[in-house]
Amino acid sequence: MTDQAKKSALLPVTRVSGRPIPLPGNDIDTDRIIPARFMTAITFDGLGELAFRDARFGADGKPLDHPMNDPRFRAKGPRVAIVNKNFGCGSSREHAPQAMWRWGVQAIVGESFADIFFGNCVAMGIPCVTASEADVASLLRAVEADPSQDLVVDLDAMTATRGGTSVPVSMPEGARTQLLRGTWDATRILVDALPKVRETADRLPYVGGFAR
Amino acid sequence: MGKSLLDKVWERHSVRELESGQTQLFIGLHLVHEVTSPQAFAMIREAGLGVPFPDRTFATVDHIIPTDTQVRPLADGQAETMMSAIESNCREFGIRLFTPESGHQGIVHVIGPELGLTQPGMTIACGDSHTSTHGAFGAVAFGIGTSQVRDVLASQCLAIQRPKVRRVEVTGRLRPGVYAKDVILDVIRRLGVKGGVGFAYEYAGEVFDAMSMEERMTVCNMSIEGGARLGYVNPDRTTVEYLRGRSFAPTGDAFTRAEAWWTSMASDPDASFHDRVSIDGRGIAPTVTWGINPGQAIGVDEKVPAAAAFAADERATVEDAYEYMGLAAGQAIAGTKIDVAFIGSCTNGRLSDLREAAKVARLGRVKPGVKALVVPGSQAVARAAEAEGLHETFRAAGFEWRLPGCSMCLAMNPDKLSGRQVCASSSNRNFKGRQGSPSGRTLLMSPAMVAAAAIEGAVVDVRDFLSKAPA
Ligand code: SF4
Repeated sequence: MTDQAKKSALLPVTRVSGRPIPLPGNDIDTDRIIPARFMTAITFDGLGELAFRDARFGADGKPLDHPMNDPRFRAKGPRVAIVNKNFGCGSSREHAPQAMWRWGVQAIVGESFADIFFGNCVAMGIPCVTASEADVASLLRAVEADPSQDLVVDLDAMTATRGGTSVPVSMPEGARTQLLRGTWDATRILVDALPKVRETADRLPYVGGFAR
Repeated sequence: MGKSLLDKVWERHSVRELESGQTQLFIGLHLVHEVTSPQAFAMIREAGLGVPFPDRTFATVDHIIPTDTQVRPLADGQAETMMSAIESNCREFGIRLFTPESGHQGIVHVIGPELGLTQPGMTIACGDSHTSTHGAFGAVAFGIGTSQVRDVLASQCLAIQRPKVRRVEVTGRLRPGVYAKDVILDVIRRLGVKGGVGFAYEYAGEVFDAMSMEERMTVCNMSIEGGARLGYVNPDRTTVEYLRGRSFAPTGDAFTRAEAWWTSMASDPDASFHDRVSIDGRGIAPTVTWGINPGQAIGVDEKVPAAAAFAADERATVEDAYEYMGLAAGQAIAGTKIDVAFIGSCTNGRLSDLREAAKVARLGRVKPGVKALVVPGSQAVARAAEAEGLHETFRAAGFEWRLPGCSMCLAMNPDKLSGRQVCASSSNRNFKGRQGSPSGRTLLMSPAMVAAAAIEGAVVDVRDFLSKAPA
């Protein structure tokens, strides 16, 4: 059974608390998050340790300077990633958020996200919230200075909080509602309307091959 | 107030509004390939769900399939496992699969259109970001992730937010040696790699009116590289004539009815858009990327730009790009040495692309030391090209003529860069490591420019080559 199925639908996501992991840089694409050569498999298993593989390790296998290799950020348990602009652009591969999730990332705070990546995260129950450039910059600085404090993303209050400091975050209302109500796994909801789906299909001339 | 094509398609396909504010949108055509589907099929099976519209889903194999020999079992055990998985999944759920034995196999975004599966006014989804390609027909086509592939299999629907529409007009005419690839690289260069986030791009203007369907596909294909999840061109005569006679297109009276419906889905003359952008087509030059995202592009006659020319928040990426690419600000991009030349992919692996590249290939031979690959986008493209003798032209010039697949566009099959090799590529992504070597470097350009680079052994202005061509 996949972890995703175990997580089972209709689990509201209201508050995610985890150790911060900074992943700075604009336009970080999903090829960088999970290189395609690791996608020749029919499950998502084992992707966690391969996340950001080529940014973390050189061709010779030696670790590079990367936050995910930094012992200060390697404590086990749930994590909240901090990113900059257009995170997750490029390929639609869900392997990217799957790899991050398997590495422990359960929420992401950033300046902005690519559309498909954002949608994939919602479908997995991972909130991606945006904060201002200044707030993200100060979060990154604060986390560098003291990585030990948890970062808490609260979708009720729409804040990201660390220690005593909170910054406001935002998220499209639709995705927020899905997460708060636990309807982020859309399959059941979509399947429930199958009779209406058939009606919609029957009204489309191409579905009947333009026979009429 | 008139409606845009996106408005019309959205209304016709909307099953209901969801509590979340998203639309439950019916998907008219679902395309599936071997990489993003196995987990989705597994989820369906685990949840005990079925596939209620199996005849609205079509599958092929493209990403992992080798392009030298496709004899089974595939040499790479993991690739063979993925191949077997899609075969058994399609069999189990009654989905039509185009394998190499079918004669219709190819890159998913090449075969959908050429089989006539892709039609105007449809909604299309595929677990692949370049699904935007199908927008060339005036379809609303989304790239989706694996959980959404599961949703479409189980319900033929997506829960999705309606995008805003930006009209991108390219006026005038393109100059000789300037191709559809240059148009989209220029659009992305201007609007940025994140400029299109939250948008659908409606491409319009004289340049698009004059384009063939294959050229429109090249442009729509790379919408996602500009952040726009979908891009489309309104259906017109060119669209209708392309579809006439295709395997899955209607015939006879049904075609007449289809034609009327297709063209009725085009945006009304008084449709409103969120915003508009206009670009003068005469100002577009043959374009090449110099950096690590498709927006880091310049005219082939320009120099690598200085970091100071970019917005403050772009500069870190620009510095990173100089270092990764081994290029410096102020350096001319023409003359950059290449090791590999790749002609193919869902962006530029169609017959017209191969014809343009072959025109250049006739004018010289691949520079010794350069590895040059031509990979047709589908078996149908390969047959058509071979019927014209293009394979002979390429071979005579020192290019390898391969079997259809994604090949060196991404690194999931044996075609990969090694070390810091530089590749002139007609594909769509110059991301770090995209072509299979963690330090490999990609320069995106049109297929004709790739062919010219293969011969020169370096980036060169294709117009210089074409001026040598006999008229
Ligand atoms: S050719 Fe490249 S971009 Fe197109 S579907 Fe294949 S891997 Fe993706």
